[in-house]
Parts: sequence; C-alpha cells; structure tokens
Amino acid sequence: MGADTMNEKHETAHGGGDVILVADGVTRTFGGLKAVDVDHFEIPRGKITALIGPNGAGKTTFFNLLTGFDKPDEGSWTFNGQSLSGVPPYKVARRGMVRTFQLTKVLSRLTVIENMRLGATGQKGERFLPSVLRFLWQGQEDANTERAMDLLRRFKLDAKKDDFAGSLSGGQRKLLEMARALMVDPELIMLDEPMAGVNPALKQSLLGHVKSLRDEGRTVLFVEHDMDMVRDISDWVVVMAQGKIVSQGTPDAVMSDPAVIDAYLGAHHDAELTFDMESQIEAEAEQEIAAETEENR
Amino acid sequence: MSWFEVLTNAIEQAVGPQAVVYCLAAIGLNIHFGYTGLLNFGQAAFMMVGGYAVGALVQTWGQNLWLSILVGLLAAVVLALILGVPTLRLRADYLAIATIAAAEALRQILGAASLNDQFGGQDGRFGFTEALRDINPIPEGGVDLGIIQFRSYDFFIMLIGWVLVALLCVFIYLLMRSPWGRVLKGIREDEDAVRSLGKNVYSYKMQALVLGGVIGAMAGIMSGLATSNVAPSDFATDTTFFAYTVLLIGGAARVLGPVLGALIFWFFLNGLDLFFGKATSGTDPLIPSAIMDSNQASLMRLIVLGLVLMLIMIYRPQGILGDRRELAIDGR
Repeated sequence: MGADTMNEKHETAHGGGDVILVADGVTRTFGGLKAVDVDHFEIPRGKITALIGPNGAGKTTFFNLLTGFDKPDEGSWTFNGQSLSGVPPYKVARRGMVRTFQLTKVLSRLTVIENMRLGATGQKGERFLPSVLRFLWQGQEDANTERAMDLLRRFKLDAKKDDFAGSLSGGQRKLLEMARALMVDPELIMLDEPMAGVNPALKQSLLGHVKSLRDEGRTVLFVEHDMDMVRDISDWVVVMAQGKIVSQGTPDAVMSDPAVIDAYLGAHHDAELTFDMESQIEAEAEQEIAAETEENR
Repeated sequence: MSWFEVLTNAIEQAVGPQAVVYCLAAIGLNIHFGYTGLLNFGQAAFMMVGGYAVGALVQTWGQNLWLSILVGLLAAVVLALILGVPTLRLRADYLAIATIAAAEALRQILGAASLNDQFGGQDGRFGFTEALRDINPIPEGGVDLGIIQFRSYDFFIMLIGWVLVALLCVFIYLLMRSPWGRVLKGIREDEDAVRSLGKNVYSYKMQALVLGGVIGAMAGIMSGLATSNVAPSDFATDTTFFAYTVLLIGGAARVLGPVLGALIFWFFLNGLDLFFGKATSGTDPLIPSAIMDSNQASLMRLIVLGLVLMLIMIYRPQGILGDRRELAIDGR
C-alpha cells in the first residue's frame, strides 16, 4: 500500500538507491531497561553500513532482533520487502541475511574446512536417509569444497584447512567466521564487531575484506564502536545511543553532528574502546563525569 | 572355582548378552551425547518402552513377538517426540532434567500394583520369548569355544546382538561422515552458529533424539529377550549411568567407542566381582576376613569401578579411543 511512498522516503534518507532492510518501531526491554527503541532504521542496498555507538547502546541487541535470535516486544521489519517479524534465525539466514557473532563462534572440534562446508546451503547430504548414500551428495560436496577453498585462499586460511578451528588465533577465527558466512552466499552480511580483539595489523586486512564484500555486490552491515574504524570504509553510518538511533548519514555528516558528539565522541574522541568490562565501566564513568561538567558549566 | 575360571568367566561376561545390551544403550547415547551434545539422562526410559512393549504385548495381550518388537521401536519414537518437543528448544540442561524424571516416572508407573494385570508389577513380564527360542538354530548342548562356553540360547542372543551392533556401527559410520553428521557435530559445538548458517537446529536435535532413542529401545528389547523377563529393576536410574560409563570408557563421538567400552566394562564388572568373591572365600582366604568378609566383597566391584571412572575422567577424559587434541581444544 504505502510501499512506494516509503521507498521514496528512504531514497531521500540516504541519498539515492533502494533499501534492502527496513525496520520500524522495534523495541526490546530487559526488566525496566529499554535496551532497544528504534523508530526507523534502514540499510541501503549494495553499500557498507556501519552501526556504531558507545558500549551498552543496544547495537548487539538490535542485531539479535533483526536476525531472529531474540524476540522484540513490538515492531516490524522487512528484508527485500518480505516481513521478517517472528521468522526463526535459520530461515532468516536462508533468505540471504547472514550474521556473525561478537564473541566468535567457530565450531572448535571441527576442522576449518568442515566449518566452511557446513555453511553451504541446500545440501542433499544433510537429510537423514540420503546422507548414508555417499554417491547422492559426493558431487555437491566436491563443489562446496572447491568454493570453500577459494574463500579460504582469499582469507589466507587455506594452509589451515585441516586444523581444528579451535586451534586458530582470535583474528583467524574472525576471518573464518566471515568466510563461513560467505558460504551461505548472503545478500546481506551482518558482522557483529568484526574488529573486536583483533590486532591492528590484521584490522587493516579485515577492513579490506569488508570492502571486498561490497565490491562483489553484497550489502554489509557491521557493528563497531570505534568511530575511526568506520570512517574509511562505510558509505552510511547509523549511530545508536541508549537504545535509540540518534543520527544517521554519511560518515562526515555524522561526525559533525552535535548529537553524535554529545552522545559519543565527546566523551572519548581519541580513546579507542575495547569491549572488555573494565574499560566499559571506565568509559561509562567518564561519560557521567563529562555530562556533569557539562551541566555545571 | 579356580583363578583361571575367574578369568574365563569374566571373558564370557565381557561378550555375553548383558554386554550387548549395554553396548546398544551406549551406542544410542553416543548419538545423543557424543555427536549432538544432548544430555539424555533417561536412556533407561527408552530401554523400558522397548522392553515392556514386547513383554506386555506378547504376555498380556497375546500378540506376535515380531510385531511387538516393531511396536517397541515405534514406542521409542513416540517417547522421543514427547520428551523432545517441549525441551529441545530450551537450554541443554532442560532435556537432562526431563529425561531423568521421565525415566523414573515411567518405571514407577510400569511397576505400579494397580497395573499388575497389564505389566506384572515388580515381577514384570516374562516368558514371552517362545517365538525366538523356536527358531534358535544353535545346537541344544551349547557352544564350546575352547576356554569359554555358552548355553545355546545365550549364544543365539549374542549372535543376534553383535550382528546388530556391527550393522549399527556401519550405519553410524556412514551417517557421521556425511553432511548430516557434520550438522550434528556443529550443534554439539555451538548451536547458535549452526542456526546462523541456515540449519534448522531443532529438527536435527529431534532426529538425533529419535535415532538414539530407538537404538536405546533395541537395548531394552535385547535385555528382555536375553533374560525372558522385563522388570522395573532392570531399568533403574543406574542403568543409564552404566551406559554412560561404557560410553566414556570407550570414548564418546567414536563409532567403536561404545563397543570397546562395553567389553571392558563387563569384563571388569564381573571379573572384579568373581575376584573379590574368591579372594574372601574358603577357610584360608587370600584377603583375611579381618579386612574384608565375603558380604563386603560383593560391593567392591562398584567401588573399584567408581575409582576407575574417576581416574579415566582425570587422566583420559576422551576415553580409550578418543583424540586428546580434540579435548584440549574444548578447554579454550
């Protein structure tokens, strides 16, 4: 009904192009805390969108809601025009929207190549009885393995293919998770803090990989709390603070938005945030002090 | 009884009908716990529905034995669905609680005096194996394999049992090298990751629960056929834990783990019993009666077994066939 007018509105919202995902009125409360309260959110197709915000802003919770891993109190959202409300996570993935996790979830006691093969969709050998007859799925398995090896070479993990995934370093796990998500061949790939806990040298290469995803025609949404990280690579930035979206726009526009500076950059403009609890508590304390001095002035 | 007979008797038990029963139960648990990571503490319940379906259908309702066996296997499917539907969407520990409670509840119901006419109370059902005895091709005098001997019917049961075990091992090997098995192992490692890749985790967990449960029912049916009796005491909670011990000794998530585990477990369970029995008997026992008398000796096997299980969990938690490397990874 109102789809046309909606789309028009979106086009103006992020400077042309259509949107792949639209969310409206999504809320989620934990006890008395309103962790997510998003009026309107959209992801432009074929671009890199960064979802940023200070720790505790509700980014990951929002992420979980969109991918079906958590249920919202209310709200609706569509992917490629189809509603995703109440759709279980595995169906969300099958529709072409695949996520990774902040705390990397590699399957430790499977080898790297088995992790990759698991990502392939529509496998005949994954049905109970046909799985016993190897000739039914061998061809498909070979094709999947070939595709997996291509991806592993791209992410420079091909030498590790027969190692247990649990023996990889933190950064390699991030790469494996990203590569495994690509085995699903998603239209929209959602990366939850791909840079967290990764050393600076690997960060650059990870950023390169994120860019390459866009260059091959995929849409990327990634969560990050370090503003500097997203400036280079994102086309569109959405800023969350205390569960709400406080600003969105191009990286430059967002960075000069006073609302963003208030909510986020003001307190730790140069400080690089990490997600361990200690610095989170510190950051929160700093924020409070900053707010108080603001008031006193 | 000589010391040599202690040894041969232990060997007979290690491959005997009871070892077959626990081997089958552990194969079922291996699918649940070893491959899929489902904590089923009620394997006895699956054994019970299998065993009692056969016993009660034949003795109480006069049905055909073969048909009853089929019904017993189907009953395990139904039980798996009843247990799985409410719990498999929840955290892993809910299944553990539901299964252990279901096993005990079922045992109390089947043993209840008010159902005496149907299920025979604490005596259970017996004498339902005529159809199987009629087709027993093993000579009546039994089988003599040099140092070990078996009675005719026992050997027949063992033959059926170990052939069944072999077939199941081949089947499980084929399943677990396939993409289907890969999904199960993925679920064991992290089910959210598997979900995020578009797999219906709930459905796979249910398939695993049903498959392992049906194999558990086979164990219960074999137990009934071997002794011509099913009674509530055959399916107490420790039945499940013996099956877990078998699995952990052999090595979880290994196709042959339950087989090796069953052989070793029954060898030691009976060997220790016979050993301490002999060591405390006679006028001049090996162990002086001041230290241990023959009544106390009967408990020694469980004490030693508990100790062995503890030592295995500490020094070789992956079991005999397990891969240490895999387990080391788990701790990271």
